[in-house]
Formats: sequence, C-alpha cells, structure tokens
Amino acid sequence: MSEHLPALQVVIALTAAPLVMLLNRLPRVAWGVTLVTCWATLLVAVLLLLQVLDGSAIHYEMGGWAPPWGIEYRVDGANAWVLLIIGLVSAVVMPFARRSVEQEIPADRIGLFYSAFLLANAGLLGIAITADAFNIFVFFEISAIASYALIAMGRDRRAVLASYQYLIMGTIGTTFLLIGIGFLYIMTGTLNLGDLAARLPEVTDTRTIRAAFGFIAVGISLKLALFPLHLWLPNAYSYAPSMVTVFLSATATKVAIYVLLRFVYTVFGFEFSFVELSMAWVLMPLALLGIVIPSLIAVFQDDVKRLLAYSSVAQVGYMILGISFASALGLMASVLHLFNHAITKAALFMAVGCLVYRLGGVSLTRMAGAAERMPWTMAAFVVAGLSLIGVPLTAGFVTKWYLLQAALMEGFWPVVALLLATSLIAAVYIWKVVEAAYFRAPPEDARELREAPLALLVPTWVLTGSTIVFGVWAQFPVAAARNAAEALLGVPQSW
Amino acid sequence: MVSDATLIYLALAVPLIGMFALMATSRWAGLRDALVVTTAAVMFSVVLQLLPRVRDGQRPSATLLELFPGLEIAFVVEPLGMVFALLASGLWIITALYAIGYMRGAKELHHTRFHVFFCIALFSATGIAFSANMFSLFVFYEVLTLSTYPLVAHKGNEAAKKGARTYLGLLLGTSVGLLLPAVIATWWLTGTLEFTPGGIMAGRVDPAIGAILLVLFMYGIGKAALMPFHRWLPSAMVAPTPVSALLHAVAVVKAGVFTVLKVSVYLFGLDYLRELATSELILYIAVFTLLAASLVAMQQDNLKARLAYSTVSQLSYIVAAAMLVSEFAALGGAMHIVMHAFGKITLFFCAGAIYVATKKTEISDMNGLGRRMPVTFFAFFIGALCVIGVPPMGGVWSKWHLFMGAYDSGYQLVVLALIVSTLLNIAYLIPPVVRAFLLPPPESEQTGGVREAPVLCVVPLSLTALGCLALFVLAGPLAELLRPYLAVAGG
Repeated sequence: MSEHLPALQVVIALTAAPLVMLLNRLPRVAWGVTLVTCWATLLVAVLLLLQVLDGSAIHYEMGGWAPPWGIEYRVDGANAWVLLIIGLVSAVVMPFARRSVEQEIPADRIGLFYSAFLLANAGLLGIAITADAFNIFVFFEISAIASYALIAMGRDRRAVLASYQYLIMGTIGTTFLLIGIGFLYIMTGTLNLGDLAARLPEVTDTRTIRAAFGFIAVGISLKLALFPLHLWLPNAYSYAPSMVTVFLSATATKVAIYVLLRFVYTVFGFEFSFVELSMAWVLMPLALLGIVIPSLIAVFQDDVKRLLAYSSVAQVGYMILGISFASALGLMASVLHLFNHAITKAALFMAVGCLVYRLGGVSLTRMAGAAERMPWTMAAFVVAGLSLIGVPLTAGFVTKWYLLQAALMEGFWPVVALLLATSLIAAVYIWKVVEAAYFRAPPEDARELREAPLALLVPTWVLTGSTIVFGVWAQFPVAAARNAAEALLGVPQSW
Repeated sequence: MVSDATLIYLALAVPLIGMFALMATSRWAGLRDALVVTTAAVMFSVVLQLLPRVRDGQRPSATLLELFPGLEIAFVVEPLGMVFALLASGLWIITALYAIGYMRGAKELHHTRFHVFFCIALFSATGIAFSANMFSLFVFYEVLTLSTYPLVAHKGNEAAKKGARTYLGLLLGTSVGLLLPAVIATWWLTGTLEFTPGGIMAGRVDPAIGAILLVLFMYGIGKAALMPFHRWLPSAMVAPTPVSALLHAVAVVKAGVFTVLKVSVYLFGLDYLRELATSELILYIAVFTLLAASLVAMQQDNLKARLAYSTVSQLSYIVAAAMLVSEFAALGGAMHIVMHAFGKITLFFCAGAIYVATKKTEISDMNGLGRRMPVTFFAFFIGALCVIGVPPMGGVWSKWHLFMGAYDSGYQLVVLALIVSTLLNIAYLIPPVVRAFLLPPPESEQTGGVREAPVLCVVPLSLTALGCLALFVLAGPLAELLRPYLAVAGG
C-alpha cells in the first residue's frame, strides 16, 4: 500500500470527483465524501513528506511502465512540501465549506461544485507530483478548467466575466507552456524531467532551447500571476465563492511557482537559467514592481476581497524576489513563504468568508462597525493580518526575516529598504479594514448582525492559530523549506 | 527558594493574569478597580524578589522558546533591567490608584479597556527590561507600541484619533523602517543578538558599517524621541493623564532610552562606540534635541504639552550620556531614568489633578490656583525641582554625574549646553507654580477655600513627590546596585 502513496495522492481525489457528481441530489453526502477525500489527501501528503524529510526522493512508475515510456511520479523535499500545502488547505477549508457553500451555491449544483473542486484539487496535486513535462501541462489544464467553473459559480454575475478573463489568460499561459515543452521534446526526445535535465546540456546552446525557456517562463508567469501578468487574478479572487477564493489563493499560484522552480532549477539548471540567461535581472525588477504597485493599489480598494487579492499579487512578488537572489537562502525564503503565505492568506480569506456569510458582501462601508457583533471573526482577521504584515511571532515574520537576510547577503540595501517600506504599506491596508470594523459606526440600514456560526469560525481559527504556531515554533517549516531548497538545488547546503 | 525562571515568568505573567481577571470582573467596577491595584502590587512584589539575587551578583535567566536556530525569546535580569522593571512596576501601583481616581473624576468611559491595555503595556515593559537579546527586546518593544495605541486613542474623538495615528505611525515607522534592518544587519554581521558585556560588534563589524548601524539604531529607537522623530510624544498627550504619567513619562519613553543604553553598552560596546564616526554626531543631535525641546517647551501654554516637550529634552540627556562614554555619564544616564521618572510622573499627576478639579489645561488659566489646590501645586513644585536637579531632590545626583561625565570626557560644549538647558528647565517649569501661588485668581473664581482633586488623585501625587525627596538619600544604594553595569559601561 505505502509504495503506492504517490499514485494515491492524485487518484483519490480524481476518482472521488465523478462520484461526487453523481451525488448531486444529496448535497450533504457530496460534501461528506469531499471532506473525507480531502482529509485522506492530507494524510497521504503528510506520509509522503515524512518519507522525504531526510533528503531522499521517491520514484514511482505509473502503471509499472518505466520512464521515459511511462509517466513517472517523483516526490522529493520540494514537491512534498507543496503537496502538504495543498492537502492542508483543502482539509481545513472543507469543514468551512459546508455552510458557506450552502449559502452561496444553489442547492441543485452543490454536488457539481464539489466535483469541480475535487478536480481542481487533483489537478494541482498532479502538477506538483508528476515528473513528466507533458503530464504537468495536462494537470494544469484539469485544474484550470475546474477552477474556471468554480469561479463562475460566484453569486455576483460579474463572476462569469472574471472566470472568462481567467480562462483566456490561463489558456494563453498553458499554451505557452505546451509550446515550450514541445520545443524541449523536439530537441531531446524525452518528456521526463530527469531525462530532460540529463540531455539538455548537450543542446543548450541552441535558439530552440532558449525559446523553449522563454515560452515556459512566460507561460508559468501568467499562471502564477507575476506582475504585470496578474490581471486575471483580482477579479477571479473577488467574485469567486468564498471557499474557492480561500482554496485558490492558498494553492494555485503556489503550485505554479513550484513548477517555475522545478523547470529553472531541475530541468534547465541553475547555470543555464541564472548565469547564461541572467534570469535574475528579469525577475528582480518585476518582483519589486510587483510588490510595490499592487500593494499601493490594495490601499485604495474598497472591497476587502479585492484588497486581499492585490495583496496576493504583492506576496507573489516576495516569493519571486527570493528566487531572483539566485542564492540558497533566497530560494529557501521563497519556498518557506509558499507555506507561510498560504496559511496566512487562507486564514484572511476565511475570515472574510465569515463576514460575507453574515453581511452578504465585504465593502468597507458595509462592514463598518462589524467588530462589535463579530468579535471572533475580526480578531482572526487582525491576527492573520499581523502575519501578512510580518509582525514578530507570526509566520509572516519568519519569512521576512530570511528574505531580508538573503537581500543583505547580496548587499542589496535598497531592496531591504523597499521590503520594509512595503511591510508598512501592508500595515496601512490591513489597518484600513481594522479601522472600518472597529472604529466606524455601522451603516444606518445595517441588518441585525450575529457572530459567524462555529462551522465557519473553527476552521478560520485553526488556520489563524497556525500562523501564530508556525511563527513561534518555526523550526518545522524552516527545516522543511531547507530540505525543499536542497532538493531543488540538488546539493546539501550548510545553512 | 523559587527558581529564577519561575520568578521571571511570574513577573511577566502577573499583568496578563490580572488582565483576564479585569475582563471577567468588568461588570463590578469596585472589584475590578481593586484588582487593578492588586495586580500592580503583586507584580511589584514579584519583581522585588529578584532584587536581592541581582544585588548578590547573580544574573537570573530563562529561555522561553527558540523560534528557529539561534533566535530566542530569552530573559536575563541584569542591574539596569532590574532598575527599570522595579521603576515601572513600582510606579504602576501608584498610577493604578491615581487612574481610578482620575478616570472617575474626569468621567472617562471604557475603564476596563483602559486598564486591560495598561496591563499589556506593563507586561511588555517588563519584557523589555528582562530581554536577554535584541530580538526579544524588539518583540516586546513592538508589543508596547501596539498596546499603548488604544490608550492614546482612548477618548475616541477626532483629536484623539489623529494624535494616535501620529503616535503609531512614527513609532512603528521608525522601528520597522530603521530598527528592524539594524537588528537584522547586526544578526547577519555578527551571528548573534545576545546582550554581551563589552558588545558583540568589535572585531566583527567594520567601523564604517558600524557607524551607519549606530544611526539606524538611535533613530530606530523612536521611543527615545531624538529630533526629528519626537513628534509622537506631544501627540500622545491626547491620552488620559494616567497614561501620560506612567507610560509617556516612565514606561514607554524610558523603554526607549533603556534600549539606547542596552544597545550602546551591550551590542556596540563602549570601546567600539568610541571608534565610530557617528557617535559624536549622535551626541550633538542629542544635545541639540535637549536644547531645542526646552525652547519649544517654553512656548507651550498647554501644561501637558509643555511637560511632553520637557520629556523630549530630558530623554536626550540620557542618550547624550550614553554617547559620552564615561563612567560618570553612564551612572548619570542610568540614574536619570529613575530621577526623571519620579519628577515627571509627579508633574503629570498634578496636571491631571488640576484637570479633574477644574477642567483647566492651559497654564495661563492657572493664576491663583495654588490657593485652591495647595497640595497639588506644592507637589508640582517638588517634581519641578527634581527634574531641574536641585537639592534636596534625587534629580540633583543624576545631573551632577552628567555634568561630571561631560567634563570628564572633555566635551566643554556639552557642559555648557547642560547648564543652559538647566536654566531653561527653570524657566518653563517654575512659572506655573509662581502663577498659582503668587498671582491673584481671576474675579470669577474668588470664592471658597481649598478644593483639591479627589483623594485618589492627591495621595498618589504626594507619594511620588515624597519619592523625589527620598531619592536624594537613596541615590547611594541605587549607584551600588548599578555598579556591575557601570564596570561595563564606564569602559
């Protein structure tokens, strides 16, 4: 059984998806099956991570077909970490989903909704676990198409347009990726990532490979919402149903960043990406712009979901910035931030989900004075907000600490200053929400408000609490992120 | 025999336990207020338990947790921290009494919230006092900023919100924008943030970099209110007076200068500090601040604003003391933390008592008020003399040592500045007393003899005034306690 864990990681969710669709008439049962599936997925992810924490890797041949003919699944410190993030977020969001989805999705579509959710989940897990370039593309499409459906199910009619926008941008992204993979296949005759890495050095000095690199980098950058290719993201996050926003914000862009790292470090290699093509000098300006501009835009948003969406774009900037330092420490900070930002942003969007559940919407005017009636929800928002800002003893601080050190190591003082300045901007936009909720009087026509139900609050606080736990007890995420960085770099580091 | 760690944790836990007790009893005002005083008293007695051990040369320590390798929240009680913790917790008892009288007398709202944040502020001040490394200190420093914000904004009107925004903006901005990078750079350059006698930078950090770090640290510690980042302190005066008294004359501002002393003695090390190109620059900025703030204070008609600028000025004495690098100056600086605390808290208590009894805030309205509130104004007089540094008040000793230190280090200009500043102190602190006692009250207020503020306001301010006198004789034991610190700080 345990040798089939890598396959189970994807297969459980993939097979549960049609089953849940058949249960469309029984929304509660559909939810229950989805919940169990997600927990099983988390369990598998944890077991896989435990196996590779010592720096080893698991090879799994799909259907017993040896690569490069068959598809290989390969689990090492890097993707086990990403699998854990996906598993964790989906497992925590599912208990939250029941009440939230019942309110936001028409009853006759709830089964379909969960089915699409499972497909999106399986797609993301598949992207992370597979060691086959074409398979990555296929899973990208599975998760993307399911996500389009999920987003379009938002209550607001604009969700349809947002989904369409995402569809166009996402399709361009995956098409670019496919073209790049095609080029690689032409030049090397293989799709297995390990084989590609072995054969590429012979042909790197060709225009085709450089073009392939360009297509893949741009294609994935679209998927991970690198500034200025982020335009699909704010609408998609703002209009999607609450639980979809929670799930996608915590996982979708993270997985895309992982794929970028996998191609840059494992397939093309550090030498080719950073030395020959000087990728750092493309990534760093984009990362810095991507941190500053969306942060400033976030300050001027009235809708809290949109505000947090812009903040997500900025956070992607932090992760890309870490990569652009082209150092082990920077890479480790980025990989660590995948996790820390996932739990932080998911907690924030869950708190927002609680507000949406009671208020119907989260414009600053509508949520004025909400803290008095929903103290636990707003307290969760504040705590997770502190983590987003990067206050000590929260998860966000740990990442900032390493990111700043990585910047100092390169001697990039202006970058250090900029990082600190943007933390203050984050403080400003979180503060705007806090001020509205705590210090403004509720609007005249406010409905009678009550605290969100426990079914929503408990999962919200589980994640909120974990931002504190992993801020105070950071040894585990730090060790896992170091292990992940070593897996990508291929050599043990002295930290 | 209670273990060191238990005592340290207890000192930190008591205000937090007290906080929950206050929340639970918020419906019964009498019980809640009794609990406030009890919490303060228990905390002080716990801190007092540590005193004999520190005096015997022990350094009680405890490690709470390790965030990630090398970065710890840990505590060590050394003499300077001991003094600061005793000062903050001891004056909290008196302030708690005063706050009860003030909050009722001035008809302020949200008493429970007020006391709750007071508890967190005292918790973080103690954390700062006992921090064993710069990281722990930074964490508690930020908690102190955040916990005092609601106290500054307490009244909730536009002025309070605006003042509080300046307060938060400047303190957070300097700490995140300047202090945090300095801390991270120190960690990165030296591999440690441990407070070590003799410093951690010598031989590890190039003096050119060290010079930049010093500026980052000194301006990053915004609570020390070096110009031009002093504006938060006058802005904080919108808070109810007990906050101004304990927090913005003692706990918060002294946390600032305490951090300055800790950083210069235990991170930089005085020998290394002397080498730095910018230590003299900081000295002159401090001297400029102490003169300029005194001049501004003279212009203020609002009593609390005048006291606030006076505090800005007095804080710079201590920063200057750290930069003078001499044993006398180090003793003077450390003593001034205590002496100024007693003097200034008395002055603020008086300002609050005047407000509670008469609703007056402007000095020009206080003509003849001394006949109505003789105790208050006499205490004001004593507090003023203590801040100025006149015998028989404790303040004379700290000023004395500062003068000696400046003379000793050969900074004649600084000696001159200190003399001028002392004259300015007289010029802005004595006139309110003169007005109150010697000028006739306006026609409309001729009626009726003595009408002081409530007892709970008058007793505390009398106690702190007595403290100013007592410190005149207690300066010896205080210097004795600080001796190990001076051995390090004196170079």
